[in-house]
Amino acid sequence: MLTLECPYCGVKACETELSPGYEAHLKRFGPGSTPEEFEAYMFARKNPKGVHFERWRHTYGCGKWFLAARCTATLEVFGTYPAQVSGPPPEIIAKIQARRPGWTPDGKATA
Amino acid sequence: MKRYSVFAIAREALRHHMGWERAWASPEPKASYDAIIVGAGGHGLATAYYLGKNFGITNVAILEKGWLGGGNTGRNTTIIRSNYLQDPSAAIYEKSRSLYETLSQDLNYNVMFSPRGVMMLAQTHHEVRGYLRTAHANALQGVATEFITPARVKELCPILNIDGPRYPVLGALWQARGGTGRHDAVAWGYARACSAMGMHIIQNCEVKGVRSENGVVTGVDTTKGYIGTKKLGMVVAGHSGQLAEMAGFRLPIEAVALQALVSEPIKPCMDVVVMANTVHGYMSQSDKGEMVIGGGTDGFNNYTQRGSFHHIEETLRALVETFPMLSRLKMLRQWGGIVDMTGDRSPLISKTPLGNCFINCGWGTGGFKAIPGSGWAMAELMAKGEPGPLAEAFNMWRFKEGQFIDESVAAGVAH
Repeated sequence: MLTLECPYCGVKACETELSPGYEAHLKRFGPGSTPEEFEAYMFARKNPKGVHFERWRHTYGCGKWFLAARCTATLEVFGTYPAQVSGPPPEIIAKIQARRPGWTPDGKATA
Repeated sequence: MKRYSVFAIAREALRHHMGWERAWASPEPKASYDAIIVGAGGHGLATAYYLGKNFGITNVAILEKGWLGGGNTGRNTTIIRSNYLQDPSAAIYEKSRSLYETLSQDLNYNVMFSPRGVMMLAQTHHEVRGYLRTAHANALQGVATEFITPARVKELCPILNIDGPRYPVLGALWQARGGTGRHDAVAWGYARACSAMGMHIIQNCEVKGVRSENGVVTGVDTTKGYIGTKKLGMVVAGHSGQLAEMAGFRLPIEAVALQALVSEPIKPCMDVVVMANTVHGYMSQSDKGEMVIGGGTDGFNNYTQRGSFHHIEETLRALVETFPMLSRLKMLRQWGGIVDMTGDRSPLISKTPLGNCFINCGWGTGGFKAIPGSGWAMAELMAKGEPGPLAEAFNMWRFKEGQFIDESVAAGVAH
């Protein structure tokens, strides 16, 4: 059972209290974009086996969306952080690199 | 390959069963092949088999990271049906179901196809309308299904509680010629036939990289060294994203865990497959007497081949409501598989941005039923370099074009 700490209300919530929202930090495209950009935004996914950044909603708690850094191969959770950012914050990257030496945030997971 | 027959059994019975051959050979890889298929699960082996049978291409290697049929082929709930809504889906799943009917004779290997009938319960008025629509669509597609009354549901499956309390059964979509098969035997039967045609099945051989020149694939780096190939077929289900990354492209796929479980064996009590999509559980009884049970997928990316614990409770809660007699039954085993989910819940059988590299994936939670048809279509794609009528609609560019084959609503949740 996956347990994530909501960064807003500090509650350690198990997955039955949360709703998953899949890949985080997607670059959004609007009117005027090319079909390739829309496809990349709407459908193409990193789907990594290793370090992954995800959106989660504390549905049966405060109701807010937050982001989580997690390993999809081991289910290890590196940390959670508020959603009002465009990329993972430095302290989360440091936590991941402490556990996964050589990992870099450009999507190249070495885990 | 010696044929299996009643005479072979009699012959071996007289000599203490010392004469049975290995079902397939385990050779070392050659330097190169005409075609390499990555993934020796049902779909990969079926692709290889029809490459040989339909197109005479037998200089083929099938590379498998683990053991043969040890991924989702060995982890599913063996349901075979073709009652889909969209035309491209109905075509390929019905082709697949019809191939299953004669697969044991075709492969000379008993895959134990049991056309016992598949029943998808309608437990809300929305579902009734949905299944009526599917039944009409199936009639036009030439797929034999019908919408049946609650009384008929009770007659076909007496252990079902059709009176609620939460969700009374309002009818069902019934496909009499759907059923189950023996999942391992499907992989083993195809493997034996492929090996007999001279193909190389190489287990414990993980692909580590894909090599190409001028945008055309030339070979793969594996844990057993470099192997050259003219054509590459990727048929690796949950790990398709990893392989696509090696080949330099992305897929519209997320890998999530789906789990299943079986009960202790009991006396025969149901001879149909029942799927209850509103309460979210599906069940059939195996020949050993175990109740084979499947439920929902996890909602997050996961490569661990085990699902979330709470899904077991949710699935069993749903089934106890639908089948009250299950309430005292003990569950024996539980396991998970990594399923590759596309945005429209339909598969990809497609050319890729890399030349002579083809992909077959995205079968999500319902791949077992599609094994023969998927292999048939993928073999045609690999042999000709262009998709045939079965595969055409399942190209990976349909997402860019907006030409979805949307089964995510039509098929309900359970596959």
